[in-house]
Amino acid sequence: MSPEFNGLLTATVFLPAVGAVLLLLLRGNRVIRGAAVAIAVADLVLALFVFALFERGADAARFQFVDQFAWIPDVGLKASYLLAVDGLSAPLVALTGLLGLSAVLASWRVSTRVKEYFFWLLLLQTAVMGVFTALDLLLFFLFWELELVPMYMLISIWGTGRKEYSAMKFLIFTILGSAFMLVAIVAVFLTPGVGTFNLIELSATGGVLASAATLLPLSWLFWLFFVGFAVKLPTWPLHTWLPDAHTDAPTAASVMLAGVLLKMGGYGLLRVNVGLFPEQSWEFAWVLVALGVISVLYGAVVTIRQTDLKRLIAYSSVSHMGLVLLGIGSVGVAGGTLTATGLSGAAMQLFTHGTITGLLFLAVGLVYEKAHTRYIPDLGGLAGRMPFVAAAMLIAGLASLGLPGLSGFVSELLVFLGAYRAYDWPTVLAVLGIVLAAGYILWMMERTFFGARRERFADITDASLVEAAPLALMVICIIGIGVYPALLTDMFDTALEPMVRAINGG
Amino acid sequence: MVNEALVWAIFLLPLGSFVLIALVIRPFLNRWPLLAALSTIAALTASTVLAAITLRSVIVHHGAVFLSWDWLSYGGATIQMGLLVDPLTAVMLVVVTSVSLLIQIYSVGYMDGDPGLARYFAYMSLFTASMLGLTLSSNIVQLYAFWELVGVSSYLLIGFWHDRPSAAAAAKKAFIVTRIGDVGFLIAILYLFFKADDFAAVGLNAFHIPDIWQAAQPVAAGAAVLGGAALTWMALGIFAGAAGKSGQFPLHAWLPDAMEGPTPVSALIHAATMVAAGVFLVARFFPVFQQSVEAMAVVALIGAFTALMAATMGLVMNDIKRVMAYSTVSQLGYMMAALGLGAYHAAIFHLVTHAVFKALLFLGAGSVNHASGTFDMTYMGGLRKYMPATYILVMIASLSLIGIIPLAGFWSKDEILLAAFDGNAGFADWINIVTFVGLIAGVVFTAFYTVRMVMLTFYGEFKGGVDQENADLHPQPAASAQPHADAGDDAHDEEGGHHGGVHLAESPLVMVAPMAVLGLGAVVIGYVINPQWINFLGVPIHWVTGFVADGLHVATGGEGHAKLPDFDWQMAGISTAAAVAGALAGLAVYGLRRDPVREPLRILGPLYVLLSQKYYIDVLYENLIVRRSFYRVFAALANWLDRRLVDGVVDLVGWFFRNIGSAVARLQSGQVQAYGTAIALGSLLIILGFLLAS
Repeated sequence: MSPEFNGLLTATVFLPAVGAVLLLLLRGNRVIRGAAVAIAVADLVLALFVFALFERGADAARFQFVDQFAWIPDVGLKASYLLAVDGLSAPLVALTGLLGLSAVLASWRVSTRVKEYFFWLLLLQTAVMGVFTALDLLLFFLFWELELVPMYMLISIWGTGRKEYSAMKFLIFTILGSAFMLVAIVAVFLTPGVGTFNLIELSATGGVLASAATLLPLSWLFWLFFVGFAVKLPTWPLHTWLPDAHTDAPTAASVMLAGVLLKMGGYGLLRVNVGLFPEQSWEFAWVLVALGVISVLYGAVVTIRQTDLKRLIAYSSVSHMGLVLLGIGSVGVAGGTLTATGLSGAAMQLFTHGTITGLLFLAVGLVYEKAHTRYIPDLGGLAGRMPFVAAAMLIAGLASLGLPGLSGFVSELLVFLGAYRAYDWPTVLAVLGIVLAAGYILWMMERTFFGARRERFADITDASLVEAAPLALMVICIIGIGVYPALLTDMFDTALEPMVRAINGG
Repeated sequence: MVNEALVWAIFLLPLGSFVLIALVIRPFLNRWPLLAALSTIAALTASTVLAAITLRSVIVHHGAVFLSWDWLSYGGATIQMGLLVDPLTAVMLVVVTSVSLLIQIYSVGYMDGDPGLARYFAYMSLFTASMLGLTLSSNIVQLYAFWELVGVSSYLLIGFWHDRPSAAAAAKKAFIVTRIGDVGFLIAILYLFFKADDFAAVGLNAFHIPDIWQAAQPVAAGAAVLGGAALTWMALGIFAGAAGKSGQFPLHAWLPDAMEGPTPVSALIHAATMVAAGVFLVARFFPVFQQSVEAMAVVALIGAFTALMAATMGLVMNDIKRVMAYSTVSQLGYMMAALGLGAYHAAIFHLVTHAVFKALLFLGAGSVNHASGTFDMTYMGGLRKYMPATYILVMIASLSLIGIIPLAGFWSKDEILLAAFDGNAGFADWINIVTFVGLIAGVVFTAFYTVRMVMLTFYGEFKGGVDQENADLHPQPAASAQPHADAGDDAHDEEGGHHGGVHLAESPLVMVAPMAVLGLGAVVIGYVINPQWINFLGVPIHWVTGFVADGLHVATGGEGHAKLPDFDWQMAGISTAAAVAGALAGLAVYGLRRDPVREPLRILGPLYVLLSQKYYIDVLYENLIVRRSFYRVFAALANWLDRRLVDGVVDLVGWFFRNIGSAVARLQSGQVQAYGTAIALGSLLIILGFLLAS
């Protein structure tokens, strides 16, 4: 554990938090807004540096930009401050930067308690960045929990509808999940011969946990972690907080929630469950696949019934996050023949769903702001009034239903290719989800944007430049990744290949 | 040599036109929408020339495969974007570029004044690029990608007038129904990746199309990589995708509704090119299909059934575009049946001739609409006096469709019927007989509905066009109390209003000229490009059919030239007799009727209703399955369970703890962090418990 300090990640993670504190010193809503945008832009630049400077070559280090020093060395906890990224987390850091800026821009019209609002929003970004970069389990857990506070505040203060109920529900679900996770973390640490929270050490040897007489059976640990992450993902049947939280959250919080917070669950599954417990992952892959297929189909069927635009997208997220589970479940292939396809698809799905759903929520936010309703039967004919928003929504929708050329297709394809090798019939069932997705997306488009123009919406205007900017940003990502996916998959694979080897060799 | 850059350019030019219109012309120069038309037409002109050059070099050099770009690579299978240029591709390239070019020119006249003109040409460019990409793909994933892009272009163009609820609904229906078929296609791809290691073991790439052909061939040294029941299922999966795009039963229901799009779109996409993509797909994987008699039998039977069924529905439609739509479904059935029978050459030949005469028919319908303002044939009549050029051109296309010698359709349809007459040696007799009977009966009905269409549109007295239609649609309540028995065409008032009122005159030159070119094609491309007895005007005997058949022959490892059947007078006699019989019946019924308004076929009673209700298949799908069973019962139940059961349990747990909590609430600070700490402490206690226990 030699102390190293690169500094880039520390800056990326804490810049928004520091900025949030500095915001408190400012006065005037316009100044605060401008400062928040500047901070978000700066953090995006840093995040893009992380992404772009990450070395992809075959002989490049697996974990890069390491920031490490002993943190609590004396009380026997041996927790360290350890930030680093590998090919799995670097794209997610970039994603967080992108969505963070989009969320700030989407908050242009927030007018109540502006200072506080941006404070929480920026703090949230630090927490999520921390989750994706912390490679010390204790630090990881701290960031994981830190994220709850700002999100709770954002929903319960700036939300709509039953906002207090939804915020509390979100909080309780996640905390219950984290309780399981904490038990597992402590049990890992207390295992004789382990005595570290360092994820790199825990996973690098692969065998530290397998060979040690753990405090709890390894399969227990696997499931304890799983519950913590599954709530966040969320997977059926732990998903019911999601529609409520999404629907009642303000636009920016929905964007962050769907775009990056859910990804923490999938990231955790890959990093911790697959990374630390390769054998258990292989053994229990069928459960993941079963839950994944149920989430995909159940989520899609329920989505079709929704009449609130945000609820509709929320349920579609349940369906799409099921694909992450299905992709991870691909590890259950007959021994020794695993390829990174499914895992890469799962990781890809985290990124692409972040941009796609982020875009969907941004667009819906604009619709709500201008039409003052999200109730689908009251909408219609908006394409003529707001062609840019309609086009952005259509592109996001098409990406969501897996149109080739857009990013959603790549992740779906990889997940299906990988999972079919391990579980053919369940995968075939999940493929039926693409028909349902086409159904709910296109029907939503038809009822919201197409059809006769309505008198009531006669003076609705299209997105302004500030409003359009984050949408355009997401559209560029969606098309870029869709056409040139190797940009991300090359990176994911550097992190996933060692996991694949561990499973194949184990 | 076939030049790689040149072939890429065929695809990239229309794509570039799309990007140019979408990013520059539409946002900034929308005041001059003709720039968009110019961009599209210029790109397609160049593409057409390049396609012709490519065809020439394929004739000389047989074709080539270029692997241009490793897109993704996993587990020994690389998804390589590339170009597969073989005779099939070369023929398709010429058909797609040239028909598309003519239709874009026509569109300048037809769409004149539409506020969405730039958007229209952007979509048209995107469609053409996707279609070209589809025909060029060397990789099954790449093919699937363009397949879906073609689907989405079709969605955008059907719903082009998105203000109309019926257009938006039709666009959605088209996409979803075709996607049901695409599930099969996608699963076939998944299966290929499943076998990727076996492919790699013999040095093949599971996604590379020529490798898939090779893997399906029975190898002397052992079992083929693909084979047995799995190969049949894979072929059927691909066929499911093809059936969706080509409107084969039971996935045909979307195509007639797709006529909600602008008429040039119907001509290009829903008649000449995209719907033929299904036929192309089966042809592309023909070396795989050939290895499974079962799959071939399914293709043949579905094709023949669709050919007949769609033709019967075409008998009673009053919307001219719907008659043509069912005609298209029916003709695609012929092509599919030909493939199933093993007559690859005949299917492709018919694809080519059909593209020309059916595009012409649709453009004729657009021209007729330009004059009468409506698509409802019961409000037309007598138009030959007002628009002689359109009349003559539609007549040529109609006779070609009916299969009258010496027009293009005769030659290609005859090849199919001959193949059906000879049958597929692998099939049980009943399959061959059923297929042949279905196809021959289809010829009779085809002739009948075509004659009916021509008679209603061009003969008799003019019945007022859109003006009369509007007067009938919004009259006293008495008239609406009697529902339209011919509810088959709910498109009635849709596109009708587009061009304003009636102005009985020939369409402008910019519309008639492209039609004339297609008319010339409908006359010559049957015999001239495929002479039957001797080399003709320097074109060798059986040129087109021989060209594509040789391509297949080489792909499956054959030497020299493929053997093709010679022209058969007996078969030509039978098919002509069937066509003439149907045509005469149509002439008799519509030429001799006394009441010009009442539909003579109503005499069929319940059968007429059954046909005009499209065998109630749409009702079954939309009303019974989707709306009543799936949406109102199944999805509603799932939604209810989610609220009541899954979430209900959560709320119950919450309620329980709230009440417990109120008892100990005074201990709590109410701080979230405190709860978290308590949970953490509790967890530690549990661990401690385990420690003590062990």
